Amino acid sequence: MNALADFIINSLGLSGLSAELVMLLLVVAVAAAVFGIGMTISGLLTLAERRVAGRIQSRIGPNRVGPFGLLQWLVDGLKLIMKEDVVPHDADPHMFRMAPYLVVVGVFAAFASLPFGQLLIASDLNVGILYLLAITSLVTVGVLMSGWASNNKWSMIGGIRAAAQIVSYEIPTALSVASIILISGTLSMQGIINEQGGWPWQWYIFYNPFTFAVFFLYFTAALAEGNRIPFDLPEAESELVSGYNTEYSGMRFAGFFLAEFANIYLMSAIATTLFFGGWQIPGVTPEQQAGSLVLQITGMVVFMSKSAVGCFVVIWIRWTLPRLRIDQLMSLCYKYLIPLSFVCLGGNAIYLLIFPKPSSANTLVHMITTLFGGVLIVIFVTRVMYHHRISGVSLDLNFLARGEKGKYNPETQVRAYGSFRKKYEKKQGAK
Amino acid sequence: MTTVIRELGDEQRELVLNMGPHHPSTHGVLRFVLHTDGEVMRKAVPEIGYLHRGLEKIAESTTYPGYVPYTDRVNYLEAMFANEAFSKAIESLSDIEVPERAQYLRAIAGELNRIASHNITIGCITMDLGAITPFVHLLRERETINDLIEALCGQRVTHHYVRIGGVAYDADDNWLKQVEKFLNHFEAIIEELDNLIVYNEILVKRMADVAVITADDAVGFGLVGPNLRASGVDWDLRRDMPYGIYPKLDFDVPIGAGEKGTVGDCFDRFVVRVRELKQSCRIIRQCINNIPDGDIIGNVSRKIKPPKGEVYSCVEGARGELGVYVVSDGTEKPYRVKWRSGSFSAMSIIEHISEGLMIADLVAVIATLDVIAPETDR
Amino acid sequence: MTSEALIDYVKGLLGDKTKWADPEAGDNFLTVASEDWKNICQTLATDKKCSLTYLRNFTGTDYPEDDEIELTAHTFSYSEKHGLIIKTRISREAAVCDTLSKIWPAAIWYEREIFDLLGVSFNNHPDLRRILMPEDWVGHPLRKDYKQQETYRGIPTTRPA
Repeated sequence: MNALADFIINSLGLSGLSAELVMLLLVVAVAAAVFGIGMTISGLLTLAERRVAGRIQSRIGPNRVGPFGLLQWLVDGLKLIMKEDVVPHDADPHMFRMAPYLVVVGVFAAFASLPFGQLLIASDLNVGILYLLAITSLVTVGVLMSGWASNNKWSMIGGIRAAAQIVSYEIPTALSVASIILISGTLSMQGIINEQGGWPWQWYIFYNPFTFAVFFLYFTAALAEGNRIPFDLPEAESELVSGYNTEYSGMRFAGFFLAEFANIYLMSAIATTLFFGGWQIPGVTPEQQAGSLVLQITGMVVFMSKSAVGCFVVIWIRWTLPRLRIDQLMSLCYKYLIPLSFVCLGGNAIYLLIFPKPSSANTLVHMITTLFGGVLIVIFVTRVMYHHRISGVSLDLNFLARGEKGKYNPETQVRAYGSFRKKYEKKQGAK
Repeated sequence: MTTVIRELGDEQRELVLNMGPHHPSTHGVLRFVLHTDGEVMRKAVPEIGYLHRGLEKIAESTTYPGYVPYTDRVNYLEAMFANEAFSKAIESLSDIEVPERAQYLRAIAGELNRIASHNITIGCITMDLGAITPFVHLLRERETINDLIEALCGQRVTHHYVRIGGVAYDADDNWLKQVEKFLNHFEAIIEELDNLIVYNEILVKRMADVAVITADDAVGFGLVGPNLRASGVDWDLRRDMPYGIYPKLDFDVPIGAGEKGTVGDCFDRFVVRVRELKQSCRIIRQCINNIPDGDIIGNVSRKIKPPKGEVYSCVEGARGELGVYVVSDGTEKPYRVKWRSGSFSAMSIIEHISEGLMIADLVAVIATLDVIAPETDR
Repeated sequence: MTSEALIDYVKGLLGDKTKWADPEAGDNFLTVASEDWKNICQTLATDKKCSLTYLRNFTGTDYPEDDEIELTAHTFSYSEKHGLIIKTRISREAAVCDTLSKIWPAAIWYEREIFDLLGVSFNNHPDLRRILMPEDWVGHPLRKDYKQQETYRGIPTTRPA
């Protein structure tokens, strides 16, 4: 963004106050754009979640508003905006109103340093990843505040659970990120992507066995930070009604809701950046990409697709797994994830000591790890296919009403008896 | 400020939470008063009565056949069994012979109803533990059963199918074929259920060793059915005090074995229900193969006047022993009717076992004890 | 034990404290005096040969013409596979009886229900409150002379005509 600002100011020949003004306008415009992109992404994710959930539960999902139901999220948002904004009588009104802003700001401000493309980043901070970790911590404050201010015991338990959980899982997240920073040697998001390459074996996830493990640690910890099943205890529906946002309605509720989905995208995008080579296109160097508009757009599409896969996995897990209990959640964090992240951090440090950066041994390790990852994916797919085959379940929802060959057959159709019985028998007699 | 906190006694430092009557995991309208210390409970006191409809009082002013539709409402998930229990009571009071075909039809309809009810229970257990998808899948299977029962008697939920002396409508071969077709489909679903969710690691962790009910406690508090069997008491009314055509049928009674933890924990209560699905399928298959031709209702006059006396009759419903105690004074109307339901005793044990559980565990306990509000409140 | 053998055994065990009914239809039962109620239940529940450990059902019936309320306990033994129906009669006005909750914990809630619907109070009951009706409800619905109150907290209890 600084480059863009310099370019505009220089070409217009501005200086002094007017240059500052242009700068200010630009900041506002970029902020609005980032916010808009974030909102759109999280809105689309709400739709994606409902559609994917529909498929998983053998139903259809919303498909009526717009083509494939694509406008559903806009309509939902409109409904929420028009709803009454209720503040409970005994709530702390100021803190109650304030809390959603903190959550929204915490999540959407993080979008400012997401590298959607090689040049498409609002602000490539030299401490980018640290900024991301820091700004998302605002969410904790907002959630705790909403739980406390609602003056509702369920909300308060939800808020306290959220605070405990997010703060705890911040540690393995940060430690996993530290492993990657060790390798890349930079905190800048673009810097980390530039260090990787387009092909899978150039990605950091397959850098060595430790980073491979670090990815799963990061993913688990990030799921917990984002309050998603199996770690969605702060808003555990069957226990705490709706957790910290029980008392919220209208647009303030939408704030929490959209922030949750923006958080899913955020964690997928960070994973894409740190582990999956970001916007790097296979076989194209960053220098080649810089000069071409087509490659720029391709890079953006690559980044978006990678993070979309991440989002899909998060949604998939949400609709598959049950929820942990709070003590199990905490013991998972402190007994397993944190020690493991320390092991991985140490392992990476030792690895870097043994194999200095460009070496053929290093490349061999990348290749072997990639192969291992590939084999895991193949095993996973075959297992899924095997279980699908042996279950032999027909998902033909109307199988009773069909004949043997799967065609609709009125003879074998279920008929209502009861009061219709005489009519039916008369019909049979007439035949 | 700190001094104030220090002065508080142990009792005042606890958090009193009101769970229900409207809460996502209190199925129906139950209410619990939770005395908690943070997440850990000291006591959960169930409060019931929000669905009290006075079914026992209504009985005093209706005729015997006229009361059968009311029995549908004892438990909306197992109307067939309540019909059967009441009809059985009147039959044994006034010596009414039930034709064999009617008994077979009662068994088929009852076991279908049991599968439907267990589907809801198993789905609710997983849903209360956070996995929503199995519930939707099992609800789909229940819909098919509802379709089948609708084809049999015209009602989907409140069946009013079992009548005093027999059943209301006959089933033709076509319907029996449909049921068989459904069983072929559903037995595969049970396998899938086993593969997908029953042994899910998180689900096992959440339920194993949680809220263990010993066999002594289970008998003392009068737990019945799957809850009792999960505690290791090998008892099933269908096998041990046989009624209807059950003595002619061959089936196993699954009991809790402490598969993943202690005998009588939440997981046992869950898995006993999953195993029962298969046995119900077995029973229905045998019934379909052996069902004789004949009448579907015995010789029952329009006005039923049982002789003076009293009877307690019970059937093995989806929640265990569903009993009805009928006192007749020789008139057309019952003098006293009392329902003994599994959920009532299941609710009464919750206060006893709740100490030291976490809030999330209580949800698992309510779900696995399979408490249904209309049955407790009647 | 078969039910005849059990009846003989219980007759021998309790002696002249029992009264056996011989109804023309339905179940056979044993009636005891209300003073012996708790002790006899205790004996039957703990006796090795009876071991009636399961309180299947416990309820009351109002008989205004006799001016009495009849309490009926259906007990059962899982190990011996036999059941026994024990009854007692108490007066309608006093309507007090000993609690069985020490013998069978299941009786805690059954007795609360009887207290609520029939107005029988139980001595030494741990938690005798209304269970199905609201705390401030007037009357006991299963008594035969029960008249429903016209309004409850200002809400009419019958539908306006």
